[in-house]
Amino acid sequence: MSETILEAHGLVKRFGDFEAVRGIDVSIARGESFGFLGPNGAGKTSTMRMISAVSAPSSGSIRIFGLDPTTDGPAVRARLGVVPQEDNLELELSVRLNLEMFGRYFDLPRRVIRERTRELLAFAQLSERAEDRVDDLSGGMKRRLTIARALINQPELLILDEPTTGLDPQARHLLWDRLYRLKRDGVTLIVTTHYMDEAEQLCDRLVVMDHGRIVAEGAPRALIEQHSSREVVELRFAADSHEEYLDVLAPFAPRVEALPDRALLYVEDGDATLHDIHASGLTPASALVRRSSLEDVFLRLTGRTLVD
Amino acid sequence: MLTRVLPSFGSRRSWRVFERNFMVYRTQWLMLVSGFFEPLFYLLSIGIGLNRLVGTIDVGGRPISYAAFVAPGMLATSMMNGAVIDSIFNTFFRLRISHAYDAVLSTPLDVTDVALGEVWWALARAAVYSASFLVCMTLLGDTVSAWVILCWPAALVVSLAFSSLGLAATTYIRSWQDFDLVSLVQLPIFLFSATFFPISVYPRWLGALVAASPLYQAATLMRGLGLGQFSWVMIPRLAYLVALGAVGLTIAARRFRRILVP
Repeated sequence: MSETILEAHGLVKRFGDFEAVRGIDVSIARGESFGFLGPNGAGKTSTMRMISAVSAPSSGSIRIFGLDPTTDGPAVRARLGVVPQEDNLELELSVRLNLEMFGRYFDLPRRVIRERTRELLAFAQLSERAEDRVDDLSGGMKRRLTIARALINQPELLILDEPTTGLDPQARHLLWDRLYRLKRDGVTLIVTTHYMDEAEQLCDRLVVMDHGRIVAEGAPRALIEQHSSREVVELRFAADSHEEYLDVLAPFAPRVEALPDRALLYVEDGDATLHDIHASGLTPASALVRRSSLEDVFLRLTGRTLVD
Repeated sequence: MLTRVLPSFGSRRSWRVFERNFMVYRTQWLMLVSGFFEPLFYLLSIGIGLNRLVGTIDVGGRPISYAAFVAPGMLATSMMNGAVIDSIFNTFFRLRISHAYDAVLSTPLDVTDVALGEVWWALARAAVYSASFLVCMTLLGDTVSAWVILCWPAALVVSLAFSSLGLAATTYIRSWQDFDLVSLVQLPIFLFSATFFPISVYPRWLGALVAASPLYQAATLMRGLGLGQFSWVMIPRLAYLVALGAVGLTIAARRFRRILVP
């Protein structure tokens, strides 16, 4: 792989007695799309704040563009774009002024700012709303503006913390499309998410975080092959708990998991397993055979679903 | 901590925060206008209203109109109110509600740039309002000495002290409810800082308490300058205000760091 754009070793973040990040190592190459997956409280946001050169690690080291962000913070941040979890736009200013003011923070000449603002308004599909106050925009528009704003300095590395949380499906697809374009243009992307489909769509490589540690690392497909079976049979029974079915289902699959609303059987051939189950006289209220996903990987590694 | 913060306290980039505030306030012109009229209202109400009742009073063996006595103190009060409203309400909004500072800190700017930028802004605002106050004061005939011009730079020092203290206080405010606490401190300072009457009306023990009030020090300093009555005591008064400003700014920068980049 090509040049390393970000490298972190033994990264730790402590808040008083609480250790939010407990020693993680990552290395990200230029041009790569890299994902941090994990449930709420896994330490993703604390990690993002450290690799955005905003908050200093309690211990461990980071190099971004070969620079140390704790001593060269301004120089590092000048080449980064950051999209925070919650939009922090200037609500009193217009869409256009939000972009222009941000350009000033990066000391860009006014002529360059005007030019880029025009391009970014088009990129974010906000040209028509340029003179409107940000307060009046919809959630999806605000999100697009936050991403456009992060691009005003033409960053080499774009860090996005849960970019599509709270957006409707249409707005999410539009955002994904914009992120693909950036990737195509050679921008390195770092994304945190707790949506499986988002990670599968966007990331070349990802790490799964839980309780401040990295529990798995690899390409989405490779992780699935490594940590899950080829197919999954999902069964729903008309019962209050699926735990009680674990023993009955055990003979049908090498691994069975019970979730509150369904039982999961990890198998190589789902249809054959389902056939055996029906033949044995069991009558699930509904049954579904699907391919394994990252969700299953996460369940395997941490014992719970991602969106809890 | 102090040695780590102070040598690199802010950079040229802090002017961007000033620029940002200017951009936002352009959209809030009503607020700018109200800041301009506030001193005029003070001067008209106190100057014309109370002046009739009180008539002339004796200051340093010289009879002057009550309006001329009270106007410099009103300027100090106006500087306090402006600084408190601006740094407390607007900074609180950016710090805790809109999280606008978080966005700024993802750019090359740093926490000290933000704190210093807010101070630049407060000073510029104070320069404009105090100038307009002094012009109104002159037009209404409430000036007795040409030395009143020195009230202008003094107003900046007063504003610096209150802005810095306000900035520091803002970092401890968690919700809008806490603003009642600010009023609880601000109102007695306003009423009891001997801005409307000389400190000599208080019993000795209360006088000592009043003397600790930054507004008392500011109002007395302004009055001395406005009436052209100089005294060496002005130096410690000025030093007290500068010291409060430095302490406030140091606390503010530390608290900003703790809140924004934990």
